[in-house]
Amino acid sequence: MSGDWQILAALLVPLIGAIGVALVGSKRPNLRETVTFITAAVLLVVVWTLLPGLLAGERPEITVTEILPGLSLKFQIEPLGMMFAALASLLWIVNSIYSVGYMRGNKEQHQTRFYVLFAVALSAVMGIAFAGNLLTLFIFYEILTLSTYPLVAHKGDAKTVASARIYLGILLATSIGLFLPAIIWTYMVTGTLDFVPGGILAGHLSGPAVGLLLVLFVFGIGKAALMPVHRWLPAAMVAPTPVSALLHAVAVVKAGVFTITKVIIYIFGVDLLAVEPSTDWLLYAAIFTVITASIIALRQTNLKRLLAYSTIAQLSYIVMAAAILTPMAETGASLHIVAHAFGKITLFFAAGSIYVASKKTEIGQLAGIGKRMPWTMAAFTIGALSMIGVPPTAGFVSKWYILGGAFQADSYIVIITLVLSTALNAAYFLPILYKAWFCDEDTALTNDHGNNHGESPTAMVVALTITAALTLLFMVLNQPVLDLESQLVGKI
Amino acid sequence: MSIHQHLPALQVVVPMLIAPLVILMRGRGLAWAMATATSVMAFIIAVSLTNAVVEAGSVSYAMGSWQAPYGIELRVTAFSALLLLIVTAASTITLLFGKQSIDSQIEQHRQPMFYAAWLLALAGLVGIVVAGDAFNIFVFMEVSSLASYILIAAGPNRQAMPSVFKYLVMGTIGATFYLIGVGLIYMMTGTLNLADMEVRLQEVHDLKPIVVAAGFITVGLALKAAVFPLHVWLPNSYTYAPHMVTAFFAACATKVSLFVLLRFEFLVFQPNLVDYAGQFTAFLIPLAVIGILFASGVALFETHLKRLLAYSSVAQVGYILLGASMATAAGLTAGIMHMFNHALAKGALFLAIACLATQVSNLRLNKLGGIARKMPWTMAAFVVGGLSLVGIPGTAGFISKWLLISAVLEKGTLGIFLVVAVLASSLMAVVYFWRIVEVAYFGDAPADGLTDGLTEGLTEQPVLQEAPKWMLFGTWFVALANIYYGLNPSLPLLLSSQAASNLLGQLP
Amino acid sequence: MELLGLYNYWAYVAILMIGFYAVIAKSNLIKKLIGLSIFQSAVFLLYITMDKVDGGTAPIIQAGVSDQIYSNPLPQVLILTAIVVGISTMALGLAIVVRIKESYGTIEEDQIHLLDQRK
Repeated sequence: MSGDWQILAALLVPLIGAIGVALVGSKRPNLRETVTFITAAVLLVVVWTLLPGLLAGERPEITVTEILPGLSLKFQIEPLGMMFAALASLLWIVNSIYSVGYMRGNKEQHQTRFYVLFAVALSAVMGIAFAGNLLTLFIFYEILTLSTYPLVAHKGDAKTVASARIYLGILLATSIGLFLPAIIWTYMVTGTLDFVPGGILAGHLSGPAVGLLLVLFVFGIGKAALMPVHRWLPAAMVAPTPVSALLHAVAVVKAGVFTITKVIIYIFGVDLLAVEPSTDWLLYAAIFTVITASIIALRQTNLKRLLAYSTIAQLSYIVMAAAILTPMAETGASLHIVAHAFGKITLFFAAGSIYVASKKTEIGQLAGIGKRMPWTMAAFTIGALSMIGVPPTAGFVSKWYILGGAFQADSYIVIITLVLSTALNAAYFLPILYKAWFCDEDTALTNDHGNNHGESPTAMVVALTITAALTLLFMVLNQPVLDLESQLVGKI
Repeated sequence: MSIHQHLPALQVVVPMLIAPLVILMRGRGLAWAMATATSVMAFIIAVSLTNAVVEAGSVSYAMGSWQAPYGIELRVTAFSALLLLIVTAASTITLLFGKQSIDSQIEQHRQPMFYAAWLLALAGLVGIVVAGDAFNIFVFMEVSSLASYILIAAGPNRQAMPSVFKYLVMGTIGATFYLIGVGLIYMMTGTLNLADMEVRLQEVHDLKPIVVAAGFITVGLALKAAVFPLHVWLPNSYTYAPHMVTAFFAACATKVSLFVLLRFEFLVFQPNLVDYAGQFTAFLIPLAVIGILFASGVALFETHLKRLLAYSSVAQVGYILLGASMATAAGLTAGIMHMFNHALAKGALFLAIACLATQVSNLRLNKLGGIARKMPWTMAAFVVGGLSLVGIPGTAGFISKWLLISAVLEKGTLGIFLVVAVLASSLMAVVYFWRIVEVAYFGDAPADGLTDGLTEGLTEQPVLQEAPKWMLFGTWFVALANIYYGLNPSLPLLLSSQAASNLLGQLP
Repeated sequence: MELLGLYNYWAYVAILMIGFYAVIAKSNLIKKLIGLSIFQSAVFLLYITMDKVDGGTAPIIQAGVSDQIYSNPLPQVLILTAIVVGISTMALGLAIVVRIKESYGTIEEDQIHLLDQRK
């Protein structure tokens, strides 16, 4: 089957779905949600049927239009993007199930707008995943920022809008102020922006300039939330939980680290970075973020904010792994993109489930909640264990590879960081688990906060059970990702 | 001779001759229909001229078959073709889709006069663009200026009058400065034809008067083009003009003056004056940068929607100048490209504002809370225009920003500072634009009918609703053009790079 | 005395500056317009004075006269056009002043400014 048209289909299906959802509107919510599901299912089929061809070595590509002389709107599928697209399309379906439960259970306003923009955001994610050059990637990167802004500001009250402003402000400012100049600089130096295995900068740029360009790229890609451009992520937690779950644990943040990984592998080239001492700072910046974000997470009392800081730390894991520059570490980085996605979406689902059922948002309120919401908290436990990296969860596999990569490179500071951050992860997740399962309910709160709740709506429970199962399954069923990565690593 | 050969003349003559006829059209809507038809015709002529230019490089027309330099020459190059497209398209779209807005702001009995003035303004603007000699440029400049004073003075508020007066005084001074400069050049060369001028200047030995002339012409045209710090006439004029007039002029008026400025600078002065390129660059870069930053800064704190966008226009003129002041092919291409793209973005924004104004009488930010809930389509178009203004990829504004930054980076260290300035102002644009978006989408919703403050307590409160469909259609047409030319800018890019190489062809 | 020999140009500059001063310094709108008119007239003088050829007469070709020196007619023609433009501008300016007087009740710039501020 020809993959060319499928690339366009992957982009257009969510857009058509968005139009469909908008046309159906809020008068017929059941039909509207059906449209979302059909769209998500079609997208899943379109994306996943590309996988066999890719594993067989095909690299479908398509050029849509020439934007600037020599610069086209161009898409090309390569292993990393394939993995990202497959991940996002898979989790969109699960997330849609969850959204229905959450949005209805919570009686949210503007549900049509929500589903429309969600679909648009997914289209942008597909554009990022399949982008054939940096310009195309940048276009969809910005579309993703803009389409998620209304989702973050969904509630529309003053506090939410202020947070959404931080979200948009940081993401736009970094992308226009740093990312764009970096792209233009790259273009002027090399005359191309195509993603080429092995990089395009080698031979064109050397010395401290490489380090400076890397600074522009890494901090320009604010979605990766490397400190100090991480503040948008906690701010974005004002969004409804499905948004936090899919977009700010999977699509948006992963778009960030995906872009950084892609820039490292296809623009700079691993070899260039390895020989340029001016780029070593990236590893240390990532390590700093891992440790600092984990420490900040320790001190959070709001569950979603804790998850946000945990996400920041985990994203820097990926950046750190990519910056080790050994094949095993690159594999670990890719695995961690998937593993963290499964784990973190489960955690967010659980947090939202707790909120819908009990309106609880603070960690201190969670005493004994495991008895009332066994499914939710079981899933939460699996997610938390995956974050810590305990087998048999997904987090263990990726951590294993990253650790292996660190040993390959004899990078003891990375090993120490991994050990330390594992301890920190355990330190902020385990107390929650203990409190939920083994503490008694705070009877003083019983009447005030309506502690007589049970599980959340079925749709939500189903969704979080699926993602928890995925988190467990990924421990053993990670071969497709490894196959994809072997193609990539073989090139390195 | 087929009609095709007369197109350059018809471009000017058609609107100019029909203008007096429009005054006679007393019937309801007749004047509008006639003016619109004329404008459409002008647009068609512009398109066929563009075709001819793309094929043949340039089109020259000798008025009355008197050959240049003795006769009057009309000359259409790639640069002028691009501006013809901008001017005629802006006029056509605003007329075609703006009838309801104009009807609500201009009394019925004054409309024939209004449309006549509109056509004269159109004739003047295209006249400037096709004219091949310096004096005709002056005459057309004054034709368009006089007509635009009338159009702006048609605004419903009395504040329009003092703003027009200011514009009139400054515009006349600018035109007179230009006339002085042309006079000095004529004294030294004995010609008014621009093409002839550059040839004859090579034989002039005493270049001092030419330097003085360059000064007068630069300042005079900069005044007309609202280059910082000579922009003070612009914000109030744009604010108080009828909405459709603002949309028309914001898209093209200052750009036509910049067109003349660039032609003089690059075709006449730079090849013939020693060190002039350096002086020109050193003079314009600071003006452009300060203008960009200052005007964006003012826009940050402005609360009236139209004045905010007017200040943003001043900043955008700075972008165009910054590109041009690089005096390189890449820079000029970027500047000229930005003329086109900015016309698209500002056109969409001011059309959206006209749509807003059909429902809301007060265009201050604090009166627009939650307006997007009542007028979702209008505000969505506004957002698209705004994104293009900010330069978000996928929109036309991004193309020119990309070209501009690339061109500026060629300048080395200085370039890095300039890039910082450009990016800083882009971020300011994000801020001032997003202020509007937040108010419109998340501000406290006005209760129906309370937007005015004056209608309060009246028995029947007007209900806020979406703007008329036809106007919305036009607004979206331009908004989508922003996206189309953001993804497929080959036509404007072709014309502007050709224009840039034409302008630079004479440089050593 | 080359500088004095160019007295016509000096006169032009002086008139130009007088007009310019009035435009900038006067707050009365009518006086501003008068200044503007003087300013423009100065430029007309520049053109008229440049077309003068020593010993030249009006450029009218007469039968039988062959070696006559003529002044340059082109600037004169140009300036006729410029005068028309100037008159139109003046007429429009005055019309606007009338409208300002009608709606503001004053033609002093600072008072108009105050009235706008108050609103």
